[in-house]
Amino acid sequence: MFDRRLVTNFDWVLLTVVLMLAGVGILNLYSATSGWDVYSLPFYLKQSLWLAGGLFLVLLICCFDYRHLEHFSLPAYVVTLGLLLFVLLLGKTSMGATRWIHLGFFNLQPSEVAKLVIIMALARILARTVQPSGYRLRDLWLPALLLAPPFLLIVKQPDLGTALVVVFIAASMLLFAGLQPRTLLVLGVGGVASACGGWFMLRDYQKARISTFLNPEADPLGSGYHIIQSKIAVGSGGFWGKGFMAGTQSQLSFLPERHTDFAFSVFAEEWGFSGSMLLLLGYLFLVVWGIYVARRAADRFGMFLAFGVTAMIFWHIVINLGMVIGLMPVVGVPLPLFSYGGTSMITTMIGVGLLMNISMRRFMF
Amino acid sequence: MGLDARWIELPAVQRRLLLFSVAAAGLFLLLALRLWYLQIISYDRYTEKSMRNRTRVLSLAPPRGPIYDRNGELLVGNRPSFTVSVMRQDVDDLPGLLQKLAGLLGVDIAVLRDRWEKGSRFPIYRPVPLAEDVPRDVMERVLEHSTELPGVLVEVVPVRDYLEKGSEAHLIGYLGEVTEKELSQDMFDDLQPGDVVGKIALEKTYEKYLRGQKGQRLVEVDVKGKLLKQLEVDPPRPGNKLFLTISREVQRAADQAFGDQSGAAVVLDVHTGDVLAMLSRPTFDPSLFVSGIEGDAWAQLLKDPRHPLQNKVLTGLYSPASTFKMIVALAALRGKVITKNHIVDCNGEFNLGEARYRCWKKAGHGRTNLKKALRESCDVWFYQVGLELGIDKLEETAHEFGLGAPVGFPLGGEKSGVIPSQSWKRQRFNQSWYAGETVITAIGQGYVLTTPIQLAVMTAALANHGDVLQPQVVRRVEDWNGTVLKEETPQVMHHIDIPEDAWNAVNQGLVAAVNEPHGTASAARMGNIEVAGKTGTSQVVRRRSDEEEAADRLDVPYRFRAHALFVAYAPADNPEIALAVVVEHGQHGGSAAGPIARAILESYFKGRGDVATTILEERP
Repeated sequence: MFDRRLVTNFDWVLLTVVLMLAGVGILNLYSATSGWDVYSLPFYLKQSLWLAGGLFLVLLICCFDYRHLEHFSLPAYVVTLGLLLFVLLLGKTSMGATRWIHLGFFNLQPSEVAKLVIIMALARILARTVQPSGYRLRDLWLPALLLAPPFLLIVKQPDLGTALVVVFIAASMLLFAGLQPRTLLVLGVGGVASACGGWFMLRDYQKARISTFLNPEADPLGSGYHIIQSKIAVGSGGFWGKGFMAGTQSQLSFLPERHTDFAFSVFAEEWGFSGSMLLLLGYLFLVVWGIYVARRAADRFGMFLAFGVTAMIFWHIVINLGMVIGLMPVVGVPLPLFSYGGTSMITTMIGVGLLMNISMRRFMF
Repeated sequence: MGLDARWIELPAVQRRLLLFSVAAAGLFLLLALRLWYLQIISYDRYTEKSMRNRTRVLSLAPPRGPIYDRNGELLVGNRPSFTVSVMRQDVDDLPGLLQKLAGLLGVDIAVLRDRWEKGSRFPIYRPVPLAEDVPRDVMERVLEHSTELPGVLVEVVPVRDYLEKGSEAHLIGYLGEVTEKELSQDMFDDLQPGDVVGKIALEKTYEKYLRGQKGQRLVEVDVKGKLLKQLEVDPPRPGNKLFLTISREVQRAADQAFGDQSGAAVVLDVHTGDVLAMLSRPTFDPSLFVSGIEGDAWAQLLKDPRHPLQNKVLTGLYSPASTFKMIVALAALRGKVITKNHIVDCNGEFNLGEARYRCWKKAGHGRTNLKKALRESCDVWFYQVGLELGIDKLEETAHEFGLGAPVGFPLGGEKSGVIPSQSWKRQRFNQSWYAGETVITAIGQGYVLTTPIQLAVMTAALANHGDVLQPQVVRRVEDWNGTVLKEETPQVMHHIDIPEDAWNAVNQGLVAAVNEPHGTASAARMGNIEVAGKTGTSQVVRRRSDEEEAADRLDVPYRFRAHALFVAYAPADNPEIALAVVVEHGQHGGSAAGPIARAILESYFKGRGDVATTILEERP
């Protein structure tokens, strides 16, 4: 049963913003990786292919009603836990962390899948338990139970960045669902306490990253080097920037990881404060639009789902930019639509697809 | 649904959504303020830093993993070499710089310009190597003039050091610059253009274990690009250690015995399949490839009619000639075609219809039984037994012994060879099989083609009574802490079912061939150890008349002379090693290949008189 309203309600605004951001990202990759004599396909072209694949996924996701996901979310959650376990036992190890399942043409990163699945499962739980006066602590055992296993498995990999994002997404969704003031206080204090306790559980290199962040000069060749060079790149961009393809920091390759996590440094150096502001506004618009989609959703599940996806994109942006401009430790979180990488692109586009889906079905009942 | 709709309209929820939008905007504002601080307030400071950003990150090449023999003797190590490179971003006056360097290095400026062009493909921050492996005095001259040479640096790069001077070049392989195609593969994702990787043989097969990990050096340079000081070092991690099954001693003995003849030799442990020695001649000097092989040298290697680059152990195809006769005898004994006392009267030729097939001994061998037939390599005995056996039974047994198919040598790239049969000929030539072809197949001539490694595997199976082994050349890979990363275990591919007395009958014939009067394989006779062996003389051109028997004489051109073959195992009563030797155009198995076999055996059994006390190793 095809409904004409689906087409008339197609969310062109969202799609346009996403395409503009991704387009700027690809242009920036072109600059960041120019002069890299990579014999395989150049990065910006590969990224374009990932974008095309992502767009296809968006259209695919728009074809079915998102409400089916509600029934599908718990089985998907169990499968994802299985994948996370599998990757710990048998995954592909790289740089001392085990995060991938090798599928021949693609390395599947279960922690990425986990983000989306946790959003879905949490949206389902929150949609079904209404607490008009806000959740009490004892109402939260189910979300906590849901969150703990994947979180611990991701920490174990160890993938600090993703684990952090998962916690931030869940916290945002709970806050949005509404907490009683007392609950909020207890959780806040507990969070600070466990963060301090967690410090002792971190691996040495993770501690090193955090101490480096506090004192970058101490380890110029390690992660401190990243932050120092990134700040020099961003700072020397000035108001107007050095111009496209003219970033000396990036072109002279002082910038490590400049096509992945530090892609924004290249952009900020070449387009300056003016360009950075425009990009920030673009991202802010994307986030606010996502919240707007949540506001107009036809049902509670859709609203929580839209909000969760928006939170995911939002925290990725904030953590990545914070890291690149020296506000946060280096945790290795990509900038959505901007950093090179198939996994990040596909996860983001699936999220965008869900937003579009919820947006176009807002008048269904 | 009603609930949903009402819930969303709740002022609290609406308020929260608004609150979140404001909070998001607030965090973005924080980011914007930080950008303001970095890009506007601190702009001058960072601009100056970026102008003065005179640090360079230089990559440090890791030493490749050393390769040892079975006793831990170093076969291939590394030595430091000096590379003169230029950092592109620090060069202002390129022609002047190249001019100066050409003078200092004593090379043509065109060569340097070429290297520079080639280096332009690299990312700008990678130093362009202009001269590799420069002598120490030249290096010192360059350093003395470094003030006039902005951007020039001398790097110490570990390069391969071949202690055996290429004796096992075909086994170890050589290195070369990574190609575009390789770089697009996952395995090479930590490499960049200009890096070297293993190109053939072990260097290639064990690349990922041998490569090691690059390190980095953070250095400060002055405005002219001259190195001021080193700020940080992240040292490279050397590649892992590779332990081979090769015995340096046996390898050297074979190498010396070969002299400058062409051919191949391979020695196997008859219980484990360990390759104790393996050489292909002529060889090449792998160190030619250390600093990139020159076009002329490469062309010469390619054009050489004796094929130095070919690993003849795996890809040299030779008629096995008389070394094939044991297979005929065993097939016939197993098929009950003959008993071990089967007598054939040899008068020097064998008639089949119109055709005459000659024995190598014109006068004939007279009454001949199996033992004598093997001892004196009587062709007529095998013509007749082969004919009675039939080609298909013969083919089946030959295949069981691993002939006519790759033996699964770990380096790959093996040739199959040919064991003919009726169906093979039908497929290959679309013709039916003739009895005469069975006759010549029975003495290992005609269509039959085998590789030296196949002959060695066959001989090992003769020695151990039926275990066809997969040759092993790598024992284990270890990291520098002694952790074993990979270990190869002996593999018995399959067992050939042949009655014990048949094995014994053939073994006696092979012992007689070496140790009794009239034995054709006496060249391998040793005082202290009883050797069993068999010669072969493989015709390169078909003999059609008496005149052409001149092929046996030295006045025929080299390329028409027969190949000399020798297979042997020892000690005869409790075998430990088996070997196969092929000397190309060596005329006679006995005289050309026999001494090499003997040198190998002597080096292996050095200082061992009585071998009755040797204890058999545990079989897997």
